[in-house]
Amino acid sequence: MKRLSPDALRLALPVLALSVLIISVFIMRPNVMSYNGLHLLFKLGIPIALATLAQMIIMSVNDLDLSMGSFISFVACVTATWLVDAPLIGALMLLGAIATYAALGMVIAWRGLPSIVVTLGMSFVWAGLAVLVLPTPGGTAPGWVASLMSVRPTLMPMGIAGSIIIAVVAHFVIMRSSFGVLIRGVGGNERSVARAGWSVLWARAAAYATAASFAVLAGITLVGLMTSADANIALRYTLLSIAGVILGGGEFTGGRVSAIGAVVGALTLLLAGSFLTFLKVPNDWQIGAQGMILIGILGLRLLLVRLEKRRGRA
Amino acid sequence: MNSILRLPWIWSFVAAAAVWLLTMFATGGAGALGLTQATLTFAAFSVIVGTGQMFVITLGPGNIDLAVPATMTLAGTVALKYMDTQDALVLHGIAISIAIGLGIGLANYALIKALRIPPIIATLAMSFVIQSAAIATNRGLRIKPPEAMADFTTGLTLGIPNVALTALAITGVAWVLLMRSVYGRWIAAIGQSRAAARMAGLPVDGASFATYLLCAVLAALAGFLLACFSGGAALNMGSEYLLMSIAVVVIGGTAVAGGDSNVPGIWGASLFMFLVVSMLNTYGLGAGYRLISTGLIIITVILLASRGLGFRR
Repeated sequence: MKRLSPDALRLALPVLALSVLIISVFIMRPNVMSYNGLHLLFKLGIPIALATLAQMIIMSVNDLDLSMGSFISFVACVTATWLVDAPLIGALMLLGAIATYAALGMVIAWRGLPSIVVTLGMSFVWAGLAVLVLPTPGGTAPGWVASLMSVRPTLMPMGIAGSIIIAVVAHFVIMRSSFGVLIRGVGGNERSVARAGWSVLWARAAAYATAASFAVLAGITLVGLMTSADANIALRYTLLSIAGVILGGGEFTGGRVSAIGAVVGALTLLLAGSFLTFLKVPNDWQIGAQGMILIGILGLRLLLVRLEKRRGRA
Repeated sequence: MNSILRLPWIWSFVAAAAVWLLTMFATGGAGALGLTQATLTFAAFSVIVGTGQMFVITLGPGNIDLAVPATMTLAGTVALKYMDTQDALVLHGIAISIAIGLGIGLANYALIKALRIPPIIATLAMSFVIQSAAIATNRGLRIKPPEAMADFTTGLTLGIPNVALTALAITGVAWVLLMRSVYGRWIAAIGQSRAAARMAGLPVDGASFATYLLCAVLAALAGFLLACFSGGAALNMGSEYLLMSIAVVVIGGTAVAGGDSNVPGIWGASLFMFLVVSMLNTYGLGAGYRLISTGLIIITVILLASRGLGFRR
């Protein structure tokens, strides 16, 4: 048998988990196996995939972003208000937010601060700004965003097509470009990157800015789908994005991440919700069952890693 | 004097006192006693939860308990449901809370150890399960606490809120455990270098296990007290304590990288965090500004603290 590369093996489990989920949903509800069914199932795929990729980029430099959810909520609030009424000011606000992320990355690298605490503080700041921008739920999606998100490609629904495009783009940016190698190098061994003549300060700033750009896109597309916003709209994305990266084969340290895996992980978590509804799991136990699925998949991964090791030794 | 200023926790108390004075300045001295008592009461809950979180953070990078809010909710809900407003069952209620804490701590550490997953993900997955259990027990009912517990948690002894005294007793024990017991030295050593601690033959797994148990039990007790104080358990009662428990540990001067903890600082930080909110309220600033200042304070403190301590990641 031809040996799979470690990267392929790492990707195999999330892909398998997603396939099993999709097939079980198809068996339980055959009418989902249609364009419209899949459209509804993967409707929120694009923002969740983008948020997970943003978190993945932060995790590739060994950091963790606990403010992801409140940042995306803030972006959503700006999108639903300023980007409609005064597009130029709205765009400047979003660019400013990305610059803030770059500055945070620099400060974290410069002072050697723990990213968990800095982003914890920032989560309060973004939440506060979101409340100031949009005190009560409301607003509207800018016309171009709404029409972009309601495109219906002929081959497959927007949620799936968009996720695939995003995964491929992110794969080339993070896994194939020299920029991506630099970022993951910072996660792998900061000192050797510095010795090789790179500035760790700027590398971290660039990683944070790239992550923020993905998160901004997540917020904009989310408003396009929901057609309005509120200050709490994406709070659960913080934990969802971390879980998605881990499910997709990423690690907390060492710059070991996978862009395609992260998107697959995000879609798995998205589908797990519908799967449980179809299984008629009582509403009370929905969140709990999602936790169980997470535990189950991680258990399988441990088993797979053990097998991989044993095979390596043989 | 110089040696006092070098204590890492002194600054949180200085900041708390400054904010207290600023608030008094706005009200013209009115309500000084009320503000102090309210601050002590609300700080007490953050102190109890924060102390548990501090022990976990001491264990070193990556160690954090995200199941704290769900644990608080489940313990409060189940205990109040069992006691069913009867004073005679108060001791049972406390025992049930502790048992729930022990069970969750056990499950958390079992996941971390058996599946070798990072504590963040393990406790996150657990918190989903616990939250569901709480929703299933609660069913939207709001059961009142027993009369005796309601009186105790809202009452004063010698002008000091009872919950603050309880928290003080807990932090006293925590201080002895951390600074004067061999267990405290163990977890500090583990936090400084897990590999070195293992080489030195310390019971790394046992001590880590005990720490996750302790954190969950303290969260459960805080949930029990909070439910009794606020006249019943609510499903979202723990949610604000997730970020707050981490924030008070960090502001209190505990090293985020682990291995160096600080019990008095938790008090200073908890008092400070509540006082800031009430000061901004007094000055008539809305929720948005309150959140922004809370966040900026956390970042400023971590920036200032980084100067001397030299964080390792």
